[in-house]
Amino acid sequence: MSALLAVEIPYWGQSLLRVLGGIVAVLLPAGTIVYLFLFKMMSFMQSRLGPMEAGPFGSMQLFAEVGKWLQKEDIVPAEADARIYKLAPIIVLLSTFLLVVVVPFGPDAYFVDFSAGVFYALAIGSVSVIGILVAGWSSANKYSLLGGLRAAGQLIAYELPMVLAVVGVVIQAGSMNLQDIVVAQNSGSIFGWDGVGFPFVLTQFVGFLVFMIAVQAELTQVPFDMPIAESELVSGYMTEYSGFRFLIFFIGEFATAGVFAFIASVLFLGGWGVPFSWFGWEGLDDVDNWMNIGGPLIMFTKMLVLTGIIMWVRFSYPRFREDQLQRFAWKVLIPISLANIALTAIVKVAV
Amino acid sequence: MIAADVNVAQNVGFYIIAAIMVYAGLRVVSTRNVVHAALWLVTVLGGVAAQYVLAAAEFVAVSQVMVYIGAVMVLFLFGIMLTRATIGAEGDLNNRNWAMGIPVALALVGVMAWVIIDEYGSSTIAEPETVMPTEAISDIYLREGLVPFLALSFVLLAAAIGAIVLARKD
Repeated sequence: MSALLAVEIPYWGQSLLRVLGGIVAVLLPAGTIVYLFLFKMMSFMQSRLGPMEAGPFGSMQLFAEVGKWLQKEDIVPAEADARIYKLAPIIVLLSTFLLVVVVPFGPDAYFVDFSAGVFYALAIGSVSVIGILVAGWSSANKYSLLGGLRAAGQLIAYELPMVLAVVGVVIQAGSMNLQDIVVAQNSGSIFGWDGVGFPFVLTQFVGFLVFMIAVQAELTQVPFDMPIAESELVSGYMTEYSGFRFLIFFIGEFATAGVFAFIASVLFLGGWGVPFSWFGWEGLDDVDNWMNIGGPLIMFTKMLVLTGIIMWVRFSYPRFREDQLQRFAWKVLIPISLANIALTAIVKVAV
Repeated sequence: MIAADVNVAQNVGFYIIAAIMVYAGLRVVSTRNVVHAALWLVTVLGGVAAQYVLAAAEFVAVSQVMVYIGAVMVLFLFGIMLTRATIGAEGDLNNRNWAMGIPVALALVGVMAWVIIDEYGSSTIAEPETVMPTEAISDIYLREGLVPFLALSFVLLAAAIGAIVLARKD
């Protein structure tokens, strides 16, 4: 096993592996989240079984659903702006794929080593807003347009606390490179005790909380689902979409949840690493090659825990009103995260 | 200029992206629908970000995406859709004096090309060895550039407060 991992892979091979890895890193979490949480956990919380017919415990239900959507007719409303209408879901899914690019999954299992990684992730996260806005506009439907506008207002408002919550981590790690942030957490120690490294959630708990709330809002999951409120807007910007274009929106929603959970686990929970002191590693170069297999599994586990919390909140809470939602972002989350930045900076300079 | 100094792939990439940007730029002013124009503008600004990446200026590229695509264009689209969200061609996007824009645009291209050629001539800038790390950028503008940075921050803060004061009804 270790001999296999020590093989030097040529450049084209690495590129191919990275492209395939990117597709897996987007689609596998999406499928897992939908089956495990949307089908099974929600059913459990509502005292029912969920899908049971397709495969053992309904595990093949996902493929049945995808097959169903792919067969449906690709309908474009007569008044719609056809080209943009068709382009919009692709912009949304594309931003998810661009987002996963900076997430490191192991010492060598990363897609790009980007010095401004965190900043890039936050910037690309805002690109999907354009896709959602034009999806709402091009459908030529009042409900869609309202949904698109609500989505844009909400995403702009919650992007700020998200960026500000991350700044605390960046100050503490002294780097915006996600790989460096992972190393900083796993090679750190708490008052000299290095048994668990130093995951930033311990000192940045406020930042973590603000970040997860902002992620919930960015994903337009309940209780922040004003833009797609099915009881008043009939699914908002997605109203007119059917067939595989709706499928793309659907995959985009849950894949983005997975990718944001990956980013949160890198920023706050130590990412792919295990505390380096366990195996006597000094830094990134000493990390054994098996971490390239183990790292993605650790990341996947952490992603499942975080998306489990996101979905748990989704199934538990009623929807916010529009004014409550905006007030919460501007008057609660942003001041808290600003205070967190100031405190972190003071402690960083003082210690 | 020796051939070994030139990164061919980078140059090819530059010209492809530049061609896309020029085409998209022309479409911004020639399209008949204001939302389409905004989306072509997104293409132009995305192309600028891609050029920054080619020039190994990652931080500037990401800032470009964050500020122009993530904020400015979203606000543009938001404003357009809130006020006049017609689908299909609109007749009144051009005014009678549109032809005046052509000499202005040509003059601008001429002046900028002259400035660049006058400064650099046929000399080439060496390909950067490594990407400039973000720390180096922050070191520059928090040491040598601290005073202009603070002054700019102050101007922006004043503008933000001014906007709030003007927009408040009571």
